[in-house]
Amino acid sequence: MNWKTFGAMLARDAQVARRNAMQLFFQTFLQPLLFVFIFGKVMVGSGYMPSYYKSLLLPGIIAISMVFTGIWAVAMPLIAEFQWTREIEDRLLAPISISWIAIEKVIAGMIQAVVAGLVVIPLAWLVLRPGVDLSVHTPVSFSAIILLVAAFSACGGLALGCSINQQHIGLMFGMVITPMIFFGCTYYPWSALKTFPILQKLVLVNPLVYASEGLRATLVPQFPHLAVWAVLTALVLFDALLLAVGLRQFDKKAVS
Amino acid sequence: MAIGVRTHDLRKVYTSAAPLGAAGGFIARSDAKGSKPAKTQIAALDGLSLEVHPGEIFGLLGPNGAGKSTTVGVMTTRVRPTSGKAWIGEHDVWQEPAVIKRLIGVVPQRPNLDFSLTAREILTFHAAYFGIGSRERSERADLLLEKFKLADRANQMVRGFSGGMMQRLSIARAMMHNPEVLFLDEPSAGLDPQTRILLWEIIREYNQAGKTILLTTHYMEEADALCHRLTIIDHGRILALGTPPELKASIPGGYLLRLRFGNQTADLLQRLQSLAGVREVKAADGTGADVYADRGGSLIPEIAAVAVSIGAELSDVHISEPSLENLFLHHTGRSLRD
Repeated sequence: MNWKTFGAMLARDAQVARRNAMQLFFQTFLQPLLFVFIFGKVMVGSGYMPSYYKSLLLPGIIAISMVFTGIWAVAMPLIAEFQWTREIEDRLLAPISISWIAIEKVIAGMIQAVVAGLVVIPLAWLVLRPGVDLSVHTPVSFSAIILLVAAFSACGGLALGCSINQQHIGLMFGMVITPMIFFGCTYYPWSALKTFPILQKLVLVNPLVYASEGLRATLVPQFPHLAVWAVLTALVLFDALLLAVGLRQFDKKAVS
Repeated sequence: MAIGVRTHDLRKVYTSAAPLGAAGGFIARSDAKGSKPAKTQIAALDGLSLEVHPGEIFGLLGPNGAGKSTTVGVMTTRVRPTSGKAWIGEHDVWQEPAVIKRLIGVVPQRPNLDFSLTAREILTFHAAYFGIGSRERSERADLLLEKFKLADRANQMVRGFSGGMMQRLSIARAMMHNPEVLFLDEPSAGLDPQTRILLWEIIREYNQAGKTILLTTHYMEEADALCHRLTIIDHGRILALGTPPELKASIPGGYLLRLRFGNQTADLLQRLQSLAGVREVKAADGTGADVYADRGGSLIPEIAAVAVSIGAELSDVHISEPSLENLFLHHTGRSLRD
């Protein structure tokens, strides 16, 4: 393992992120904040939603922000660099094994996802207050879930970014990301699906369910949520699976 | 101490699309699910064995699709061969890829510069990937930017660079970590003559510093002017190997007269063969004949007389002097630019 090369690649990604900071900021936070404003402020303020919905919504919004950021940060550059600009070739020729280049992408994506999650909490809280009942009772579980969610988003980005053809980017959002968000227990707790028993079982294949439910369990435990151990187990399994698929696809793209 | 490059019996069979290096153009590869064309097997390399001596400028010459980019791809860890081996110095390319990457610098056929960075950052980050300290990489970047006449654009994003500027920066980048072996895939494609001459000077200078250089080209002049030795490849096989003068001397007679007649018969070819100075006559497409001879223009009256005597009117003549182009034509019956 060549840490100097690995560090230099991270520094390169940091430099690019710094350069695009404003764009990244709006891309990451505008949509969740608008959502929070409409559902948490307008709908609750006008009485169409009960006021506790604010607290119920927030963990889901954090999960969406993190997952979307991680997937976007890893997948979009990879799609462009492998198929269009070939920018990545310079790094493929750096003295480090191919898998570590993919892992560097995952780490960079995870960092962005964690930052997105940690920034959206106070931002959303500012929009929603007063009346948000949020507290971190179990910091260890909370940190573990944040890291595992970030890893799942970045590994998912790696797998998607190395599998999807550039003309199918729109399809990726329409067919993968959008259903994932709506069936990801982001705007409602998993228990709310009990009147749709088949759907309630089906959505368990969606890793975003565990992200939303895990954040709900650690931030707003007063609402029904999946058990933390189940969330942690599922996230570890999804992370491992997506990383394995992502590394395999990356290697296929990198060496013809 | 310069190091060489060897390959042994390299074969590469593509089952789907062409290689990254050779799949020119900006179009995505169509090997995605959904559009499944019948899988055809294309042998890009067919038992290619060659040896590049330490410290020489070696040329791979051939038409588009001959297997040049695939050969470079295999030697530079980017294309996994179906069978066979490649070594840089004593290191097996596919056993120790990370070691190999330290020894080589690669200039791809199509610029692959990092569009998210400035010209200077492209050089300094590249050096950082190779573990070069910040002061040294800064100094080297300045030196190379100056040498490649890019110093005034150093802090600009490369997105707006012209093709020639991108090509120069690609070469500067490949030299940043001072590699022992430099691979240049079609280095002067699309360059204006002035830049091409600058490029040749830089390649020679780098070679004089004791480095081995392997370049691919389909420009005869380039191979002739730069290479100590070269090989002509087509369909993934070696057709000829030697120094440019040796290769040119191997063309029968040296001169090539491409003739076209009103009609062409076996008798005509035979009569041409019997003319003094003619070494070899090959029937060319339709009504043509390629005559290899040790004289050029002075043969024409005799050829015209032969044609008249058997009623085959001579309609077109093209004479070329000894060149690598003729050598390629001699081996394949096709022009390099076909």
